[in-house]
Amino acid sequence: MPAKKTTPKQAAYQKKVKKYEPKPKALHNAVFAFLSGGTICLLGQALTDFFGAVMGLPPEKAANPAVATMIFFGALLTALGLFDRIARFAGAGVAVPVTGFANSMVSAALEFREEGLILGVGAKLFSLAGSVITFGVVTAFIVGLIHAIFPGG
Amino acid sequence: MNWRIYLFAFLVGGGICFLCQLILDLTKLTLGHLLTGLTVLGGILGGLGLYDPLIKLAGGGATMPIISFGNSLAKGAIAEAEKTGVLGVLTGMFELTSTGITAAIIFSFLMALVTRPKG
Amino acid sequence: MGKKTGKQTFQFANPPTIIATGTVAGPFEGRGPLAEEIDVLLGDLHNGENSFEQAERSMLVQACRLALDHAGRGSAEVDLFLAGDLLNQIISSSFTAATLAIPYLGIYGACSTVAESLTLASMILDGGFAGAILVATSSHNATAERQYRYPTEYGGQRRPYQQWTVTGAAAALLGYTGQGPRITAATVGKVVDMGCKDPLNLGAAMAPAAAETIACHFQDTGWDPDSFDLILTGDLGEIGFKLCRDELTEKNIHLGENFSDCGLFIYDREKQDVHAGASGCAAAGLVTFGRLYRRFQKGELSRVLLVATGALHSPTSFLQGENIPCIAHAVRIEA
Repeated sequence: MPAKKTTPKQAAYQKKVKKYEPKPKALHNAVFAFLSGGTICLLGQALTDFFGAVMGLPPEKAANPAVATMIFFGALLTALGLFDRIARFAGAGVAVPVTGFANSMVSAALEFREEGLILGVGAKLFSLAGSVITFGVVTAFIVGLIHAIFPGG
Repeated sequence: MNWRIYLFAFLVGGGICFLCQLILDLTKLTLGHLLTGLTVLGGILGGLGLYDPLIKLAGGGATMPIISFGNSLAKGAIAEAEKTGVLGVLTGMFELTSTGITAAIIFSFLMALVTRPKG
Repeated sequence: MGKKTGKQTFQFANPPTIIATGTVAGPFEGRGPLAEEIDVLLGDLHNGENSFEQAERSMLVQACRLALDHAGRGSAEVDLFLAGDLLNQIISSSFTAATLAIPYLGIYGACSTVAESLTLASMILDGGFAGAILVATSSHNATAERQYRYPTEYGGQRRPYQQWTVTGAAAALLGYTGQGPRITAATVGKVVDMGCKDPLNLGAAMAPAAAETIACHFQDTGWDPDSFDLILTGDLGEIGFKLCRDELTEKNIHLGENFSDCGLFIYDREKQDVHAGASGCAAAGLVTFGRLYRRFQKGELSRVLLVATGALHSPTSFLQGENIPCIAHAVRIEA
């Protein structure tokens, strides 16, 4: 909780900071995100079809190995030190697909490796991805509960 | 082979990333805020049964973004809840998302064993 | 008590000399325009160590040894070691002090450390409590990123107003022997809080502190902007620097071409994609002990005001919604 209220002097300065802060090239970045994100999803679809054909799975089941493969790619690129370089240009295009989920976990695992396998890798693995899982589960829990109480609703 | 699903995978998946990038650049939200928000959105859409039609249309364009993770959590919980009631919410939660989470844990662990950050 | 002038400024009756300096920087800095004025450039970010924290420490040890070697002194001939860095509990400095085995006072002033240590060392020397003091500071891009932001391999995009933490270490030996520039006065800053909360835009948060300290130095000493060859802020970066100039203009202090920022010298900001410029303890450290020291030695500079700036927040204080408190200390260096 902020301890003090903003003074008029602080507010005036904050206004000035806003004026000086350069704006990101939002449209330019968004186009890169579109192209890279679209490509990853296209690849994901190709993998889904591939696993569907090879393992004889229906599409909704074939998406599982496809997701796992994309996670592997995200993990590998992170371990090779390439993910953050690609993300500089692709931004949300690689962060929003599961590749970003993999990156958040692998980057934490690598970073805390020096602190040991238990207290480093083990304990810090979800330091970034944890909020996604926590909020996802809480949401799904409420949604599930509503369905359990009002079945077929 | 259905070429239309590839077209939609590219357009829908790309479109989601396009919008997310705009949110990141035009607000002060961090990537962590955004991804968490998308997962919650996925959970709600899954609860309302609105995300599956998108998966049918766009395939990978809908299953690859993290929204799909929220959707799968919700669908797993709902499916078991409808079978076994309140307890099903607990048992079904990770039914559909197990692949993703397990793969991410295993790969992260292995990568940490064999390499270190490049900086 | 004739040494204090005005409200916050101390003038040294017997100004200590910067006898020698030592500077080490990382590979990325080695590709920037400051490279020629740095003693040792590392081949890789790990510097042969297991962790980035150990790498930072090894650079700091190396910078200290270089400063001692350049002065032709052994560590036993140094009375005190004053050092600080960005890592929690200033571990880089303390572990370095353990290696050097010189009596040690650890200080924390974030990126203002170089000015803080020069001020304290000058006071101690002028007070006659020591004859030779080693001051040093360091920062490392990967250790700072991990502590303040995200793991190094995390694929988040950087904001256009963000700065790049310098990988480097800088040390200087102060005393009364040898030739070199002298520290003649120091203005100790007050903590300034202008309501900034964004830890990605520290330049903007620190700018008002720099402006306050510069204004205070002029008021306390009666010197004016034209008295200096160079007035140099620490690591405000492009946005913070503009804001600082703006703040000073509002105080009716008009700085000209002789006003600049250390954070703007270290990288080629077009080619190296570092956005607003450099930050970190080593930014002001490398510029002062690398570039300024050399130019003083060549006789190209005669009076410089170094205003090193520091953001005194922690990752915890920021997450708990607190503002970023900032500080700036000024030291006057004369040939």
